[in-house]
Amino acid sequence: MKHIKTLNKLGGCGECQASVAQ
Amino acid sequence: MIHKYTMNGFYIVLDVHSGSVSVVDQAAYRLLDYLSAPMEPACPQELLDKLSGEFPKEDLISAYEELYALYDQGLLFSEDDYAQFADKMVQSPVKAMCLHIAHDCNLRCKYCFASTGEYGGGRKLMTFETGRRAIDFLIEHSGSRRNLELDFFGGEPLMNFEVVKQIVAYAREQEKLHGKNFRFTITTNGMLLTEDKMDFINQEMSNVVLSLDGRKEINDFFRPCVNGTGSYDIIVPKFQELVKRRGGDQYYVRGTFTHKNLDFADDVFHFYDDLGFDQISIEPVVTDESKDYGLTMEDIPAIAAEYERLAKKLIQYRKEGKFFNFFHFMIDLDQGPCAIKRLRGCGCGNEYVAITPDGDIYPCHQFVGMEEWKMGSLYDGSFDLQKKEYFAHANIYGKEDCQKCWAKFYCSGGCNANNLQYAGSVLKSYQLGCELEKKRLECAIMIKAALAAAEEEAE
Repeated sequence: MKHIKTLNKLGGCGECQASVAQ
Repeated sequence: MIHKYTMNGFYIVLDVHSGSVSVVDQAAYRLLDYLSAPMEPACPQELLDKLSGEFPKEDLISAYEELYALYDQGLLFSEDDYAQFADKMVQSPVKAMCLHIAHDCNLRCKYCFASTGEYGGGRKLMTFETGRRAIDFLIEHSGSRRNLELDFFGGEPLMNFEVVKQIVAYAREQEKLHGKNFRFTITTNGMLLTEDKMDFINQEMSNVVLSLDGRKEINDFFRPCVNGTGSYDIIVPKFQELVKRRGGDQYYVRGTFTHKNLDFADDVFHFYDDLGFDQISIEPVVTDESKDYGLTMEDIPAIAAEYERLAKKLIQYRKEGKFFNFFHFMIDLDQGPCAIKRLRGCGCGNEYVAITPDGDIYPCHQFVGMEEWKMGSLYDGSFDLQKKEYFAHANIYGKEDCQKCWAKFYCSGGCNANNLQYAGSVLKSYQLGCELEKKRLECAIMIKAALAAAEEEAE
């Protein structure tokens, strides 16, 4: 890609830590 | 929906509903001024005519092709189909709790939202009996959740440390019986830290928050002792010792900036350069605008510039092999939590509650003392499920401002208590907080872009 570089490659079980950006 | 912005020489595009983040060149960036879904496979002629004075035609055509490829993969102008999950936002088990172990404090911080620790209800300490009931309540209401969290909060928790130890011991006993896993955290001003307390904290607390405002003159102005003298010289050596014994991990030195120190990046650098702390949070004061240290919308340009200064310095440090974490610049662009969690946010009043020394139940620590938001009591068994239902629906699709905001999946609707206090409703947005959150997210993404570019250069 000459013009664009994508930086990265979007449940509900509720087990994750209480808080999001986790 | 996309959000595009330039910062520090980077042209950045966030596709809101997929979470895809791209750095683009100026031709692609300009094309995006005129594009929306649905995109045609080939660049429209009128667009080529419009921009041909700025870029060679072949550049526009190839940039468009790359943009279309992203669109075709669902990574540009992707659709908002998350409202279906919002309908599933019903009452959840309770899995996190803030335990107000002490409504008393040995500092007299000028900006304290808790009225110097007493939350407007007098100075008191939690008994073990109340703590025991809180643990029982959490286990009873946690359903199938395995990971449970308990934060020791105040006031100043170290003023009631024997009860902290008793509650931890009781919870450890109960977690085995019920197949649960307790994670404890504690927030302290450090005044009463001893080596024994440090060792207990470091053994039992999965994270510890150490309150300090930065440079000595800033800290001592805002965080005096009861007798009016500064707290910096007492606290700093204790925090350094605790962090050293902890192995330098799983902690935050956490301060507040106000209108009086809009150069707060210098407080961050002081923590890292002078004191050796590398897990840092300096956060905007949330208070009435009429206070002389309160932040107003007029402060936003200065704060935004300061966040950028901090972001650029963080990048420079990383390139030099020096590392510090800034809480509000931490972002996981490689998936992170599921969409339902992003919609739900902190879960205040639904997954998360706060318990006062009297055993009263509130939606979160920021609501404590607002009698109309009390949800029940550990002593009469009451628990207001109507209020719980209300908070279950206070997700980003229940908030009009948030639905159309590009930052919604990273901010998750902001702080319900701040929204209530400063926008008049849990379901409205505290605008000052929103603007600062968006700026921090832009900085956080730009840092990722800059570090990726530096890595590429090094290869």
